Amino acid sequence: MTTRPLVELAKTIRSKNAGVDQITFDIVFRDRQTYELVKQSRALSPEAVTRLYGIPRERLTAFVEFDPALAIKFTIRRERPSGSPGERDVFGAQQYAPLFDLPIPV
Amino acid sequence: MPEQMSILSPTGHLGFTPIERGSFDIGVSRRPDAIVADSGSCDIGPQPLGADEHCSPAEWQRHDLELMLLAARRLGVPMIVGSASDAGTDRGVQQYAEIIRELAQQHRLAPFTLATIFSEVSRDEVARRMRGGARVEGLDGRPELTPEVLARTDRLVAVMGVEPITHALDQGAEVVIAGRSGDSCLFAAPAIRAGFPEAASYYLGKVLECASFAAEPFMGKESIIGTVTADAVSVTAMHPGQRCTVASVASHAMYERASPFFEHVAGGVLDMTHCRYEQLDERTTRVSGFEFRRDPVYRIKLEGAGKVGERAVSIAGIRDPYTIRHIDAVIGWARSKVEERWGAPGARYQLYYHVYGRDGVMGASEPRRGTPAHELCLVVEAVAPRWEDAEVICALGTRNLFYARLPEVRGTAGTAALMMDEVLRGKPGYEWTVNHVIPLGDPLELTSVKLEVVGR
Repeated sequence: MTTRPLVELAKTIRSKNAGVDQITFDIVFRDRQTYELVKQSRALSPEAVTRLYGIPRERLTAFVEFDPALAIKFTIRRERPSGSPGERDVFGAQQYAPLFDLPIPV
Repeated sequence: MPEQMSILSPTGHLGFTPIERGSFDIGVSRRPDAIVADSGSCDIGPQPLGADEHCSPAEWQRHDLELMLLAARRLGVPMIVGSASDAGTDRGVQQYAEIIRELAQQHRLAPFTLATIFSEVSRDEVARRMRGGARVEGLDGRPELTPEVLARTDRLVAVMGVEPITHALDQGAEVVIAGRSGDSCLFAAPAIRAGFPEAASYYLGKVLECASFAAEPFMGKESIIGTVTADAVSVTAMHPGQRCTVASVASHAMYERASPFFEHVAGGVLDMTHCRYEQLDERTTRVSGFEFRRDPVYRIKLEGAGKVGERAVSIAGIRDPYTIRHIDAVIGWARSKVEERWGAPGARYQLYYHVYGRDGVMGASEPRRGTPAHELCLVVEAVAPRWEDAEVICALGTRNLFYARLPEVRGTAGTAALMMDEVLRGKPGYEWTVNHVIPLGDPLELTSVKLEVVGR
């Protein structure tokens, strides 16, 4: 089976705080065909992202397919609130990078 | 209710970086019915609220307020700014009100009514309500607020809904400077007051709150205009190079939110599950199909931050490939030397090693943690109640990177490169202690509105 990395299929891959306790990830596609392809592949799934980020399932607080925006979106709970001592990413703005390499069967 | 109402949104965070003048002027030339912006966020971390400081330069705050004030007074329409000065504390409201008074004098503006709305809440007030049986429920998986967590909180603000703002407008306010506010509520308030349904009004707020982020291509600080009717909201980009498309507007619904379908505000929830998006013209998208449900009990969000300690930071580099392969042992050694003198980390101190070049950004979630770069930057962060202690712990934890004992190390004159043998003083460390909701009998309970006439 041929795969392509998610970064080649998505228009936007981003992460950002959703409030002080969560980081939300948006993967947006340029056209409905690509969006449906990724959606149907199930390669971008709750299991895939918890495995990729090495987090327990209970830290994944939402996973939604949002048709009007051609987007797949998930949210994870932070280990500690944003900006606490030891913080690595106050805005949660660079947490998306590992998604680039996620293999999608095409 | 008028047939429609248009609101100009020039920035998603007033003062954070200056408003772009070109698209703002185009927006003003469309003669909007109000000019509205929020000026704060909890994104900036807990320090500005906890320490009651602003993170935006005063010069930019003044720049943005001046643009908005002069345009709003020239058009004779309301100007509303919420979450004043980043954290929306009482200090922030007073600071912005003073800027408005100075600008009015400087530009010899005709008299107008300024409302200031305060929403800072004292710890005692929250404690009193909790003793009275009020349950302060945690958001996003947090447990209910306890007296212990409240005691660790230095400063709290209530995130106001539309009611204090409509109350101020009812009393004749033409310029409103509000404390911490729900972003969408600032825009919804004048629409609700004019008689538009709550659903359309809150959606108007939701789509306008980050200004040009609802348009494409990506640009910050450019103006957009939203127009509300009884059952739809149309949103138009003002920058000639930007468009509000179905994709950009729908995409914005999910920005910075866990769910693209629900927007919680004080007193209810905006449901966007059945939204319909249509491209009206090249730069305008029309949205309909939203619903609004009021909560059975009116609840308002509280944000609170507490100080953890003073913060010291230092920087070290590692280039020796053998040392890089054993970086955890090196850090382990440095930690052990700190623990010899200070005991295990906890209430006395916290010590963090940020390993840039390996997992400085992602921490344990870094999938490529096993293949670090050829050189590493270690940022050592120590937090302790007293600055003198944080400084010493940071120095101890950094210098021992230099003296790490590894069995086969070749470089026996020092195992780290110090950019400078110096400990830097950071702003104190704070923590978001409160991210909760508290029930209110009356939406105006935790806020106060003051009115004054300003100008010539």
